[in-house]
Amino acid sequence: MKLVAVAGGVLVVAALIAAYVTFLTGGPTPYRVPQARAAGARSANLTLQTVAAVGSKLSPNKNWVSYLVREQGVWHRSTVWTLPANAVVHVTIFNYDGQSGLRNPFLAQPRGLLDGDTFAVDGKPMKVLDPDTASHTFAIPALGVIVPVLGIADDAKNQCEYAPCEESMAHETVTFSFRTGKPGHYRWQCFVPCAAGFIYGFGGPMQTIGYMDGFVNVV
Amino acid sequence: MSLRSHGGRIGALTVIGTAIVLPLVIFVLGPNMPPGDWTNAGKSQVFDNTVLLAVMTPFTVFILVYIGYAVTMFRAKPDEELRDGPPIRGHFVSQVVWLVTTTAAVLFLAIFGSAELFASNGSGGGSGPNPIATPGGNVLPVQVIGQQWEFTYRYPTYGGVETAELMLPVNTEIEFHVTSLDAIHSFWAYQLGVKADANPGVDNIAFVKPTKVGAFQVRCAELCGIWHGYMFDTGHVVQSSQFASWIKQQRQAFSAVQRYLPKYATTYSPDPVARAG
Repeated sequence: MKLVAVAGGVLVVAALIAAYVTFLTGGPTPYRVPQARAAGARSANLTLQTVAAVGSKLSPNKNWVSYLVREQGVWHRSTVWTLPANAVVHVTIFNYDGQSGLRNPFLAQPRGLLDGDTFAVDGKPMKVLDPDTASHTFAIPALGVIVPVLGIADDAKNQCEYAPCEESMAHETVTFSFRTGKPGHYRWQCFVPCAAGFIYGFGGPMQTIGYMDGFVNVV
Repeated sequence: MSLRSHGGRIGALTVIGTAIVLPLVIFVLGPNMPPGDWTNAGKSQVFDNTVLLAVMTPFTVFILVYIGYAVTMFRAKPDEELRDGPPIRGHFVSQVVWLVTTTAAVLFLAIFGSAELFASNGSGGGSGPNPIATPGGNVLPVQVIGQQWEFTYRYPTYGGVETAELMLPVNTEIEFHVTSLDAIHSFWAYQLGVKADANPGVDNIAFVKPTKVGAFQVRCAELCGIWHGYMFDTGHVVQSSQFASWIKQQRQAFSAVQRYLPKYATTYSPDPVARAG
């Protein structure tokens, strides 16, 4: 009887440990970005939205700043994405957030992009952004990719209060392309301390996967 | 057997054990101690670690011998009555030996450590904005800027160009100026033997002279937020000619952003984001 009790206890503890480890190592289901293949070359289109406040429909933290991803025409608060390896990824970011500036102006010049590190803002090719006008950055440091994201003017009309925001609302559109390279698991982040309401903007959504941070699974 | 006999045996075994282990520590283990011999600071740290190990060796051997001796000799026999050992009070010789050896070891290490910090210009550690020991001759200042979550680097003697990559010329005395734009980070260039805290508003200076060409790891060694574990990159020590062409290329590559960079300073105090709390 005693042996059975001990064995049962060990099994219960093992199950609890397994559940705990699974909880810690698990994560949100990644969004697999559809890939295209033309003339043997792989590519993918990643469409993102940056919002000042994510809203109660998408998060319990309705006032947190966040990235959103468009999946089959619907905006989701998912920051873990699967991208094809050795492929060209075309990124479009619709930014509905204001200008808060870069803490390090060096990040105003994009890196790691195709087309000679050129990105486009509202269709206009650019080599560098005025760091004071930036709202966020999109960066995958391990791939050498970093792009500043222009913010909307303070006096812009029809500003979006809560996500998901519509394209008719005030926004800036940033487009760029980069190559993914070899398979791997990479983190991406925003380099602007943009967490309103936290000390120096560093807390909350800046430190939480699912808002201004995430992972890119290159497979 | 008397206490004196036990003490004599333990002492003799300690001396014999030390005589065997100490040469191995100095000549076999010591040269392989981290961080290696890439730089003057690294070599100095290897030497320091070897000396520390050598000083520790007799004490460690004594403790291990004592444990082994006690387990072997003082083991209770089966069916033997459990009883306490004889108390030791006022054993003058033991007290003097212990006090003299430990005091001598601690004083030696204090003097040796202080001398080494001077002799090797801080031995790769950050010495704050006013280092007591500085190398003579020409130095190449390189600023290390920590931010959540990446290190960037500025070269004030090359127009203050900022880069995302750390490149150093070989056989050149480097003066790292380590600072941060936000939280506390720590610049740890392992193979170089450099580990200096990056504090916002502080210019933490560390000297090093790389003597080998190759790639080295840079890591943040201070828990600094969600991506602390990802805050690493690879630096390179290259020939002077390679460095010259690289820095020229960097100045061209980042010319677009150069006009937006603040004038080079030992520290930076960017305004908090207006809307952040």
